[in-house]
Amino acid sequence: MLSSFDPVILARIQFAFTVSFHFLFPAFSIGLASFLAVLNGLYLKTKNEAYLRLFQFWVKIFAIGFAMGVVSGITMSYQFGTNWSVFSDVAGPVIGPLMAYEVLTAFFLEAGFLGIMLFGRDRVGPTLHMVAVLAVAVGTAISATWILSVNSWMHTPQGFEVAENGQYIPTDWLEVIFTPSFPYRLAHTLTAAYLTTAFIVGGVGAWHLLKGRRDNPGVRTMFSMAMWMAALVAPLQIVLGDMHGLNTLEYQPQKVMAMEGHYESHPDGAPLYLFGIPDDENQELDYAIGIPKLSSLILKHHLDAPLAGLDTIPDDEQPPVSIVFWSFRIMVGLGFLMLGVGMFSLWARFRGSLFTNKWLHRFALAMAPSGLVAVIAGWVTTEVGRQPYTVYNMLRTTDSVSPLGAPAVGTSLMFFILVYFIVFGAGTFYILRLMAHAPEAGEPGLTKADGPVRTAGITPGVEEDPERFLHPEETTEER
Amino acid sequence: MDISFDLTVAWAVLLVLSVFIYVVLDGFDLGVGILFSAFHERRERDVLMNSVAPVWDGNETWLILGGGGLFAAFPLAYAIIMPALYAPIIAMLLALIFRGVAFEARWRTERAKKWWDRGFIAGSVVAAFAQGVALGALLQGIEVEGRAYAGGWYDWLSWFSVITGLALVAGYGLLGATWLVMKTDGDIQEKARSLAWGFGIATVGFIVVVSAFTPFLEASYAQRWFEMPGILLAAPVPLAIAAMAVLMFRSLAIHKHEYRPFVLALLLFALCFAGLGISMYPFIIPTEVTIWDAATPWISQIFMFVGAVILIPIILAYTGYAYWVFRGKIDPEKGYH
Repeated sequence: MLSSFDPVILARIQFAFTVSFHFLFPAFSIGLASFLAVLNGLYLKTKNEAYLRLFQFWVKIFAIGFAMGVVSGITMSYQFGTNWSVFSDVAGPVIGPLMAYEVLTAFFLEAGFLGIMLFGRDRVGPTLHMVAVLAVAVGTAISATWILSVNSWMHTPQGFEVAENGQYIPTDWLEVIFTPSFPYRLAHTLTAAYLTTAFIVGGVGAWHLLKGRRDNPGVRTMFSMAMWMAALVAPLQIVLGDMHGLNTLEYQPQKVMAMEGHYESHPDGAPLYLFGIPDDENQELDYAIGIPKLSSLILKHHLDAPLAGLDTIPDDEQPPVSIVFWSFRIMVGLGFLMLGVGMFSLWARFRGSLFTNKWLHRFALAMAPSGLVAVIAGWVTTEVGRQPYTVYNMLRTTDSVSPLGAPAVGTSLMFFILVYFIVFGAGTFYILRLMAHAPEAGEPGLTKADGPVRTAGITPGVEEDPERFLHPEETTEER
Repeated sequence: MDISFDLTVAWAVLLVLSVFIYVVLDGFDLGVGILFSAFHERRERDVLMNSVAPVWDGNETWLILGGGGLFAAFPLAYAIIMPALYAPIIAMLLALIFRGVAFEARWRTERAKKWWDRGFIAGSVVAAFAQGVALGALLQGIEVEGRAYAGGWYDWLSWFSVITGLALVAGYGLLGATWLVMKTDGDIQEKARSLAWGFGIATVGFIVVVSAFTPFLEASYAQRWFEMPGILLAAPVPLAIAAMAVLMFRSLAIHKHEYRPFVLALLLFALCFAGLGISMYPFIIPTEVTIWDAATPWISQIFMFVGAVILIPIILAYTGYAYWVFRGKIDPEKGYH
């Protein structure tokens, strides 16, 4: 049955599945690590118990999310070779070293200091503990930097030459690492990670506010901090996204054409399509609803600026428009909804109803997973938009794939889906259960009783009553 | 040219070193997972889990370095080996995921605890078996054409690779059992000691079988092992393995040492590794691709090498420190009530 499928499509689905699943965890933990560093720093500075309470509350969630990121990440270091062996051979000399540096500078740093961060407050003293929290936060950001450098190189490759055996040989490492799309992609993605975390934190805060825990200083603080992030960072992210888009227009014009649904060239001002059904076969956007000339204004800052369409691109060099068109709209739509939450919260804050406005809380709760969805939609936009290439304009996806039959890839894909849903479904369930109890005064951090949620930890955990964790609902009653 | 020659060998050494560190580190914690099936009481299982809890995640980071390092330093070998060993590699990854999450999930639920324990055992056994199968499949040879794997998707499966798979399960079981002898006391230690005997005998048996058949897989192996000058290097290895095995069993049974059996088991693994190296060198994919064929260009080697020589010692230092902090016996009264 499986042999009738195209192995390239199966390999792409498998890679997209494993990398998207993996990406959710770092997207959350990059922001959460920084949030924890801020909380711990504020606690040390102000000695306000609410910050410590929140740190202890979120560090348990961080530990599970981080561990799931690690195990799903091990898969990724092998998926390049199992699914894209030709790509690995050809591009390995360029991107292999960057990924090796990610392991050496980030993974081991995080693994080394996570133990102190989780268990070490009483063992190593507040200063060294703070250093460890910062080290983990910095480690997650270093990791993101290297892998986005690799990814950016695949979009805007430079600094290499093609050897006789077909391999790409680096000629200038600085050019390889700092490609034209790298600064924009890095800023846009890191900001996305911070927003993702802010909306999860805000959603959890909103849930507890809706449950009437308005007097809990931990709940108030987390909701307030998250809403400041939404109000300040969501608009920043829209600006960064716009800059990233302009950069893409310069280096990968057909991706922007697909995002905009511009099959046709518009010599005197292109419309911004809000809706439409892309039809790749006939190269037209059906049922299009658009605002005239707005796309030219956004992309060229001039109403009548000409914009080329996909009619200038040969059919076999076009990305699949419908996926890119829709994923882009999902991302942008969520971005503006996030801005809406931020503005709503500002209005409520100045009216003094930040902690009482139920509609704000419902809105924030509904938007809790919005960052995760937006991150995946953005990822799909940029990756599918690069098609039909893996290394833009250099190496086609169909030429990158491993020499494997559809039965092998299809079978393993089914196992991946099965195992990921069981395992990460359970992990997510435990995270949600932790989120559901309010952060209490004297909130316990991770204890040895919580079992082995720890990486190569340097310090053993302190002893605590495990019953507290096994039955949190019994020991954390409403006050 | 001279410099690039040196760096290729240096990278081969570094890679073998990280794979070896992975094998012995994750070897004992996968081994503890394998032995989990022999311990039924909750108290025993909690102690077993806690004995590897602080370090397993860091141990598996070496596997990422192994995969990432192969990709970075020998991209051609990575590109050929991964599709060739597709099924065992994927099985290993899925097993490690299951096992890794089971580590955490079993502490968070009473209802589903026994299912996570079963997942932990199955994940550990499958991961160990798949790694052994992968090793056997690599040793028996991979079909290469041009710069790509040219075989089918179950070429990895043979009686030889199944034997190496079982061998690694036995070997990891031995590492896990001797680790428990070191880290526990009382009845758990006694049980671990007798398990170490069983797994030790199985391990030595598998070493004999695998060693006896390996030279006949490829002509070059036989040449290395039975003809001058290879035999000068090769001959001491089986003798040393035999001596090490005897020392280990004496230490386990007669002297009742606590730390020494684990160290001797590690040395046994190191010698087997040396034997493998003697068979394979200078090939990274036996008889098809040498380390120089597969090496990434000099500019990539040197770029990484600078970082690796600075960072790996630092990593080893803090990993060693983590083990030092957690030295000593696991107190069964800690971590549960």
